[in-house]
Amino acid sequence: MSGVFSPTRAKIKERTLRTDKWWLEPAITFGVLFSFVIYATFRAFEGANYFTEPLISPFYSPCLSQACVEGSTLFGWAPVSAKVLGFALSPALIILIFPLGFRMTCYYYRKAYYRAFWLSPPACAVAEPHTKYTGETRAPLILQNAHRWFFYAGLVFNVFLTYDAILAFQGPIEKGSKIMEWGHFSVGTLVLVASSSLLWFYSLSCHTCRHTVGGRLKHFSKHPFRYKLWTTVSTLNTKHQQFAWFSLAAVAFADIYVRQVSTGAWTNFYFF
Amino acid sequence: MTRKLNLRIWRGDSTDGGLKDVVVDVNEGEVVLDVIHRVQATQMGDLAVRWNCKAGKCGSCSMEINGKPRLACMTQVASFDEGETITVTPLRAFPIIKDLVTDVSFNYKKAMEIPAYEHPTELAPGEARMEQIDVERSQEFRKCIECFLCQDTCHVIRDHEENKPVFAGPRFFIRIAELDMHPLDRLKNRKRTAQEEHGLGMCNITKCCTEVCPEHIKITDNAIIPMKERVVDIKYDPARMFSGLLRREKRD
Repeated sequence: MSGVFSPTRAKIKERTLRTDKWWLEPAITFGVLFSFVIYATFRAFEGANYFTEPLISPFYSPCLSQACVEGSTLFGWAPVSAKVLGFALSPALIILIFPLGFRMTCYYYRKAYYRAFWLSPPACAVAEPHTKYTGETRAPLILQNAHRWFFYAGLVFNVFLTYDAILAFQGPIEKGSKIMEWGHFSVGTLVLVASSSLLWFYSLSCHTCRHTVGGRLKHFSKHPFRYKLWTTVSTLNTKHQQFAWFSLAAVAFADIYVRQVSTGAWTNFYFF
Repeated sequence: MTRKLNLRIWRGDSTDGGLKDVVVDVNEGEVVLDVIHRVQATQMGDLAVRWNCKAGKCGSCSMEINGKPRLACMTQVASFDEGETITVTPLRAFPIIKDLVTDVSFNYKKAMEIPAYEHPTELAPGEARMEQIDVERSQEFRKCIECFLCQDTCHVIRDHEENKPVFAGPRFFIRIAELDMHPLDRLKNRKRTAQEEHGLGMCNITKCCTEVCPEHIKITDNAIIPMKERVVDIKYDPARMFSGLLRREKRD
């Protein structure tokens, strides 16, 4: 018997005496994250319906495989063979590790999924079911310390996705034409701009970003510019949880939108 | 206006114990500690409860109220529904002494394990000067009243007694952070010892310590995560790894 049932502690048989709906938040988190994982897995393996001029799904950008459909690669650059070790690999699977790694090691998501999926603990002052706990001191959870690596990679991805959003300001020179010109604005443009903007807010509000720009300093007074940056990022950081959810939803919706337009289920409406 | 309140209080010691139901008068504006004192004065003369300032500043009356770690002197009875039974138990992370009093000496032992501030040898007493922006981060942590609610709610020790020897807990992570962020502290290895001796790596950032802190110290965001990032600086940072600085740090 360990934990709250240890022999030296007050003898109370309940795992928790909380009377509020402590289970609601982890249940919602579980439902939303699990749904996203199922959908993202399906889309990552689908390998189709991710590009329709001028829109590309954020799940597939940058498209680096020779299997990428025409026009979807970054400046025509496709360094990865269509088949890796004899297997046809969806272009999304090549790049998925970077955004996935960034979110998996994110300090906010760690709280969310440790509570909702691993029940460690399910909520504050609610006894967890595990008999042993070593935290993030050994493999595999020690890999959470790689968050900084994924943060840097995530910034590079944000640049690519911002470029995709800029490309979305193109439109056909006339209805039905395949020839594109600049200066148009569609629902797709809005969706990609919102998605890439929220990803920037999510990345820049990150705890690692806060640390990198100035948090590691002992003497703010000797680095006034970095102090200013740190205070700005600290302000954003208080909303990191919200940015995490909104950016996740925006990326998922951007992918759904591109897929629907690509399959012809939806029409990309142009405001001008 | 006086009304009746249904209260369940844990009574017992290290050998046995259980929840006892009482009905007690409660007046408008009273806090849970007031009600416990009334029970002590009128119905349970031998009820053990630790308290002192009744102002949320001494950290003595920490207990669990309806399962949540809280200060009894800062918990308004009016914050519960009328007719709701309020359950009061001792802190469940520490050994029980009697009734609502627990043995929190674990925390004092941990406090002794944290190396003290090390003043620069070249500065004589009175010569130290710091600017406000350099000390304000540490000042947040000085608000701690040592109620140990964060320690009580931390599942690393609450749910795993065996981790107590190797885990200092959130209260002492803010102490380590306070010193590591101190502009004049000269002790060099706080980050490494935080990780390797005080169990910083065991924290999985579930933020319960922040949720229960009566002083609203952002324990996780402003102390634990920054300390984890400082550990990454010296142990796992890609730029430092590639530049070889990591090895130099280790030699230091």
